[in-house]
Amino acid sequence: MDNHLTLNLLIWRQSGPEQPGMMVPYTISGVSPEMSFLEMLDHLNDDLSRRGERPVEFDSDCREGICGTCGLVINGIAHGPKSACTTCELRMRSFKSGDTISVEPFRATGFPIVRDLVVDRGAFDRIIAKGGYVSVNTGAAPDGNAIPVSKFDADRAMDAASCIGCGACVAACPNASASLFVSAKVAQLALLPQGQPERDHRALKMVEQMDREGFGDCSNHGECEAVCPKAISISHIAIMRRDFMRAAVQ
Amino acid sequence: MISWKKNLTSSIGKKFVTGITGLLLVSFVIVHLIGNLLLYAGPDAFNSYAYFLEHRLIHGWAVYVADAMLILFFGAHAVAGISVWQKKRLARPQPYYQAGNAGGASRKSFASRTMIVSGLVILVFVILHVRMFKFGPTATVVVDGIEMRDLYTLVVSTFKVWWISFAYMAVMVLLGLHLRHGIWSAFQSVGATSPRYQPVIYVGGVTLSILIGLGFFLLPLVILFFYENPALSMGGI
Repeated sequence: MDNHLTLNLLIWRQSGPEQPGMMVPYTISGVSPEMSFLEMLDHLNDDLSRRGERPVEFDSDCREGICGTCGLVINGIAHGPKSACTTCELRMRSFKSGDTISVEPFRATGFPIVRDLVVDRGAFDRIIAKGGYVSVNTGAAPDGNAIPVSKFDADRAMDAASCIGCGACVAACPNASASLFVSAKVAQLALLPQGQPERDHRALKMVEQMDREGFGDCSNHGECEAVCPKAISISHIAIMRRDFMRAAVQ
Repeated sequence: MISWKKNLTSSIGKKFVTGITGLLLVSFVIVHLIGNLLLYAGPDAFNSYAYFLEHRLIHGWAVYVADAMLILFFGAHAVAGISVWQKKRLARPQPYYQAGNAGGASRKSFASRTMIVSGLVILVFVILHVRMFKFGPTATVVVDGIEMRDLYTLVVSTFKVWWISFAYMAVMVLLGLHLRHGIWSAFQSVGATSPRYQPVIYVGGVTLSILIGLGFFLLPLVILFFYENPALSMGGI
């Protein structure tokens, strides 16, 4: 039995950063339920190329949910309807034949649109460059057990470190705030001994850069946690706030 | 080093100000509600309590200190809140064609998305409310040999006007909504949460918001339908 889907797509098309964009309807058939969402778009682009039209541009790299490159707002939800899942890992079996699916880029002043569904997430790199690291001396690798880290802290730090920097938190936030992303890095390093020397500086500088990039203020909607492919908790935002205020009064 | 002012106007500083002032205002609202419940205890209890607050507590100074602090907290809360809303508009000038709700861990709700609306309505309400009651026209009564303002009659006769009662109740629904998101959010904003306590704070905040909203909502309703109109029985004020 033919279980292939026919879908109505509404895709944001924008030919350049300064050009106006609009939602353009496409109908696509022969979509296998096993396809990933990006493969479905590949399939559409194949059709468009054959017809001599400009393919829909979107970002992707690993296509296995670990690199954070892909990211689309599907039916109003960043990374689509499945929780803790990247766009590339979303399968077309999540949709029914005849569905209308809207596909938009991540929208935020901090993520300017390059073309179609591609946005520039360089703002995240600039925030990380302000303090999302630990400075270590070069030389032989230190003994892994020389600095004890409790299992509890190691687990919490690992939860925070699982951020892949995709930017879905910004996309989903009604205020376009980057708090979850920034807090994941601030909290990860705040929970580990190696992060202590630069802890205050990190919180102040990363938050300062986050504000400078034009992201909005957090209103604790928690929508970021709900769309995060790594399900990073907003409790990290509380850690970032404590660190920032503590550093600010010193 | 970054200056104090810069820290307080940063995205996190603003949330800290909103959260701290929010928690202080919630504490005030709870005390206010408990005071209002004395309306159920009759005119003498309510008027004596008001007299105590205005003239007796710290020799009558408490009311001025409280007024100054409330104006400061309320003003800072409003300024920070409006600024968050303004920045949100700058941070996403082009809205989504379709905006969804991811569910699951999300705390996004009708209440959380309308904080600016409920907040602005409460701002206007508070100005009218203070004018209506704190600076409203009152007769005097004598309780236990002390002459005092008859605030009880002012409150009851005001709520006997049906449209004032209903407008008041409508605002109290908005206050409840504001607090539904506001109380737990204030704890999160000042960083006073952890994975362990977050569910407790969330459920506690929502419960408290319902109790506060309901408490303020019921008063005008009870007065409108079950109280005698003192203005009539006393020949007006």
